[in-house]
Amino acid sequence: MTAAAEGSPPLRVAGSRRSPLLQSEAAQGFALISPTFVYALILLVLPILVVIAHSFWTQNYLTIDHTFTLENYRIALTEPIYRDLLWRSLYISLTVSLLTVALAYPIAYFISFHGGRHKSLWLFLITIPFWTSYLLRVMSWKVILGYNGVLNSGLMGLGIIQEPSDALLYNSTAVIITLTHAWATFAILPIFVSLEKVDRTLVEAATDLGDGPLRSFLRVTLPLSAPGVISAALIVMIPTVGDYVTPKLVGGKDGVMIANAIQAQFGKASNWPLGAALSVTTMIIVSLMAGATVLVFRALQRLAR
Amino acid sequence: MLERIQSERTQPDRTMIEIRDVTRSYGAFKALDNASLSIREGEFFSLLGPSGCGKTTLLRMIAGFDTPTSGSIAVDGQPMDGIPANRRPTNMVFQSYAIFPHLNVEQNVAYGLRRLRLDAGEEKRRVEEALAQVSLTGLGKRRATELSGGQRQRVALARALVMRPKVLLLDEPLSALDKKLREQMQVELRRLQQAVGITFVLVTHDQYEALAMSDRIAVMFGGRIAQVASPKEIYQRPVNRQVADFLGGMNFVKAEIVEENGASLVLDTLGFGRVKTDKPKAFVRNGGNATLGIRPERLRVLWDNATAKFEVAGKVVERHYFGEITHLIVEIPGLEKPLSVTETNDFGADDIPVGTSIRLGYDPEALVAMAD
Repeated sequence: MTAAAEGSPPLRVAGSRRSPLLQSEAAQGFALISPTFVYALILLVLPILVVIAHSFWTQNYLTIDHTFTLENYRIALTEPIYRDLLWRSLYISLTVSLLTVALAYPIAYFISFHGGRHKSLWLFLITIPFWTSYLLRVMSWKVILGYNGVLNSGLMGLGIIQEPSDALLYNSTAVIITLTHAWATFAILPIFVSLEKVDRTLVEAATDLGDGPLRSFLRVTLPLSAPGVISAALIVMIPTVGDYVTPKLVGGKDGVMIANAIQAQFGKASNWPLGAALSVTTMIIVSLMAGATVLVFRALQRLAR
Repeated sequence: MLERIQSERTQPDRTMIEIRDVTRSYGAFKALDNASLSIREGEFFSLLGPSGCGKTTLLRMIAGFDTPTSGSIAVDGQPMDGIPANRRPTNMVFQSYAIFPHLNVEQNVAYGLRRLRLDAGEEKRRVEEALAQVSLTGLGKRRATELSGGQRQRVALARALVMRPKVLLLDEPLSALDKKLREQMQVELRRLQQAVGITFVLVTHDQYEALAMSDRIAVMFGGRIAQVASPKEIYQRPVNRQVADFLGGMNFVKAEIVEENGASLVLDTLGFGRVKTDKPKAFVRNGGNATLGIRPERLRVLWDNATAKFEVAGKVVERHYFGEITHLIVEIPGLEKPLSVTETNDFGADDIPVGTSIRLGYDPEALVAMAD
């Protein structure tokens, strides 16, 4: 009683002195996000600005020449090695995101439509691979795909191949396989959420109007779950373009991606401005690709009627 | 008046839906228990009952969304066993309307036509026609999300009607609308049904809705069909207390059967004395007692020296004012429960003080005998 009585009056005074602006819901919202916002500002926006600034400068051995130049961008866009790496990165990330979405959709559909009472159990099971480190998971793919790996011995045991194939590991296919597996959960969850929001009566209505299971899926369920598909594709696509751990571990010489080149510029090659220009170029291209993906999905959604 | 004449027109006798001994069990629970029913072509038929009585289960089985555990359903002479919902000659108006949110009004209405691959002109004409039938002409390009509740319902109706089904199934289509719109839609639905001549099967828990729209009503309780009859008969000659009670207010008076023959019953009651009534068709006596019922509006207050051939005397113990009517609770000596009386307010029933001794007149035809 006494504690409460002592505690409350100053609070009330402070509240009454606040201006109406600060008491508004918007102000409260800003107050709530401000720690995160400040954190993001310092650790995300500032570094990006630094990177953008560097991309217009020149590395002069140990010092940086601060004169404005577009030379780094010229190298990034015209030098065959970087162009090829960029194309390969885009190809890998696009393939990975399409594959992941295609493989994740049936799983999400199954959990949402046939999961019954065990939906949360299924979702829980899907997160199990995340209990180990990502590096361990990549390493296990090495074990599976390697020269003396599980897949090779399995195929030989079945008599499908005579000697171990070295085409499985250390190339872009290995990167695609590993990334597709690694990102599956991130694709399943948004698709699951959007499927959960599809009113089941709408599917019944489509059936009632003459559609069989496949037609009602293509005309109702799929277009209505498109937001989940789009976000799944983007969630997978954007980070995989810049992935450098996976290509480094399973990609070999043919699986190198743009992020490995960027890392080299910031590390061994010690050419920060070129690394920065490559980063900015990648960022812009990824944004364009993400935008294009959204537009393509929207167009497809409109087709389904 | 016109509505009324039409509603009493003779129905063609062809059967459109034949439901035979249909049972639907979920484990030990029977959602529908051995229901048999035959619905005629061109009829406006209602399944009426409280929630959980099995009416929606029955409707969904006609549509093909649910399968009977036993028994059979035939539509237009065709057995429906094993025929999936998308190949049945029925269409449904869902309780939530189930308007496709990613399509506009026109696309919603044309949804089922698309599969038929009509030529563009024909499809457009049929969509326009359906929209006109539900007074939505000109709203074809509206997005589904921009429609009011009443408009959504009309879209759902047009979308089903455009398929020209043999049977239109309506699952509580008016329950989401406000009272005024609901009453307006009742009239419109009835008119529409008569214009298109399609068999309508309506599921509702609202007795007024069923009474106002239907040619015939099936009243259901606990998975069983209690009575199938015209609205008038259901209201005036309910087969049992449950039906009587569900269809609006009813005074129940204990009675003793004095005499029973083919067409009539003679009952001894406390407040109403000895009465002779028509014996209901479905009357099966259960011991020596029965229940006599009379609707509150069939009792009228006798003013001053007015007399009636049949009357009871009592004392007003409660008075409730409802605008156009007043509800009086009248205690009758000898009756264990007081009588409810509904009186219009034209003659000042709303001014009768509590405690006044009054006399109530009634027609002997208003008395209905029910088995105990």
